[in-house]
Amino acid sequence: MRKIDLTQMKENEKGIIVELLGGCGFLRRLEVLGIRKGKEVKKISKQLLGGPVIIQVGNTQVALGCGMAKKIIVEIKNKEKKD
Amino acid sequence: MRKILLMGNPNVGKSVIFSRLTGTYVVTSNYPGTTVGFTKGYTKINGEKVEVIDVPGAYTLEPTNTAEEVAVKMLETASQEKENVVIQVIDATNLERNLILTLQLLSRNLPLLIALNLWDEAKHLGIQIDFQKLEAILGVPVVPTVAITGEGIKELKEKIPKAKKGRCLTGEKWQEIGKIIDEVQRVSHRHHTFSEKLNDLTIRPATGLPLALIILYLIFLLVRLGGENLTTYLLDPIFNKLYLPLITKIITQISPPKFFLEILLGKTLEPLSSFGLLTTGPYIPFVIVLPYLFIFYLLLSLLEDIGYLPRLATLLDTFLHRLGVHGYSSVPIILGFGCKVPALLATRILETKREKVITTALIMMMAPCLPQSAMIVSLIAPYGTKYLFLIFSLLFFLSLFVSFLLSKVLSGETLELFLEIPPYRRPIFSLLGKKTWLRLKAFLKEAVPLIFGGVFLISILELFGIIDFIAKFLGKPLLYLLGLPERTIGVIVTGFLRKDVSIALLSLLNLTPKQLIIASLFLTLYLPCLSTFFVMGKELRLKNLFQVVVIQFFSGLFVGFLLNHILN
Repeated sequence: MRKIDLTQMKENEKGIIVELLGGCGFLRRLEVLGIRKGKEVKKISKQLLGGPVIIQVGNTQVALGCGMAKKIIVEIKNKEKKD
Repeated sequence: MRKILLMGNPNVGKSVIFSRLTGTYVVTSNYPGTTVGFTKGYTKINGEKVEVIDVPGAYTLEPTNTAEEVAVKMLETASQEKENVVIQVIDATNLERNLILTLQLLSRNLPLLIALNLWDEAKHLGIQIDFQKLEAILGVPVVPTVAITGEGIKELKEKIPKAKKGRCLTGEKWQEIGKIIDEVQRVSHRHHTFSEKLNDLTIRPATGLPLALIILYLIFLLVRLGGENLTTYLLDPIFNKLYLPLITKIITQISPPKFFLEILLGKTLEPLSSFGLLTTGPYIPFVIVLPYLFIFYLLLSLLEDIGYLPRLATLLDTFLHRLGVHGYSSVPIILGFGCKVPALLATRILETKREKVITTALIMMMAPCLPQSAMIVSLIAPYGTKYLFLIFSLLFFLSLFVSFLLSKVLSGETLELFLEIPPYRRPIFSLLGKKTWLRLKAFLKEAVPLIFGGVFLISILELFGIIDFIAKFLGKPLLYLLGLPERTIGVIVTGFLRKDVSIALLSLLNLTPKQLIIASLFLTLYLPCLSTFFVMGKELRLKNLFQVVVIQFFSGLFVGFLLNHILN
């Protein structure tokens, strides 16, 4: 298991959201789109040069700026353990 | 009159349900004090005429943006009357997160009814929802619907009188929602659909960016070809062969005093230079702007209904973010390459004033409008492509520079992109037509009176000799700075009426290549054209309008002055 943020995930990789850094307003905006702790997230794509990241949670796809993506921490089940 | 409020998250097919419920007579308007628009129509329930309101999309009743604030206000106004009803449109493929709004609506004091929309898509994704059980848990009627085919709409209408205040679920919201989901929803294996493959192709930069460029180029081409042909072969002949002789005959029969005659018909009968209220007045909006706008709105509505716009915004956000605007500004900016009027009307989707001002500056300065670009190309190309390259790249970099400066000067931060990417959806052509018509109607209602007012103002100024005075007074220093001969002043003074024609007129003035380049650049930048100016005035506050126009004018002057001294 390793913990990384959304920008560090690879395309098509899946992880479980374990932590959301950021204020209440930010959490609320994520929550109404179904993005919250414990949810599985799949990275669909990233844009060039630190552009937005596109993720899928449930049947919802969301594009979010790099700064926001860095505040969403996921845990990825990995064969080779890093520590 | 009783009201039915249609509420729901964005992209759940709320507007399609609205169209299915209401007849042809619908009105769009802005919520007072905001730029958030909503649509209103009527339907009959058991013979009683009822108002149906398409409330702006909201994820939650604890507002996170202006649209949601408006939605909450509309809900609060409606809940003062006990007979009003709320229909929540739910995306069946995303039941869980849609239920947040449901729980919030249940805690309000209004009868509720739920349309479980995109029912077919949910089935396709292997999602089964026991809607009767959902009905029992929530205590309000639930009707599965497929808005795009019309399935379930009849049942929905029949159930409207049965809407009621449901059960207020008071537990912790995710626990309550979790319980409901466990009870009513089963998910089986899902297939990778064609729409998902298309999604991957259009949103990954390697394939998405080239595709975006192709799509934008096609829009540009279609707007240009369509607009040009409609003007040349349909509207211009109608105007010149039917309308103009008729109106001239009527007015001369009445034979008003000379002063009024000149205001109404202008001094000549040439619709573009006469400044007559009944000649130039209708010619600009109906013959020149309307055809471009029509094609453009048709294509925009198509891209919107399919669901392409959020993807385009995401792809271009990387670049635009650095200029201080959102990816969402990409749509208006690209439109600006065609015609500035629809581009400015499209800035309405932007949330902050700062974004609107920067985007407006980019729209106005990045490139001339399409007819004007075409004129510049035909005028300058004979002297060498390098001059064309000089003109267009100067404009491009100047606009980037100006918007970059504005992003530093204007208060506020560049917001990060945060938007839902809805799945691709099949467009319905009848609805597309309706949407295009609604948008054109808004243009006719809002911009046309402004253009008429502008023409009237100019004809008055002209009649009292004020325009000649300005030309003499301001013309000399201007021409000196730009190194242009005196005969260009006429073109400069009247050029903002129609900027492509003003460029064409330059060819009659025997200018040197250097003067041509400076004059084209200056005429592109110095002022917005008449229609643009008034639309800009409507979209921006007076102060910001003034800012943009001053920036434009001085950028034009500065570039012209510089070239006058550098070029040989």
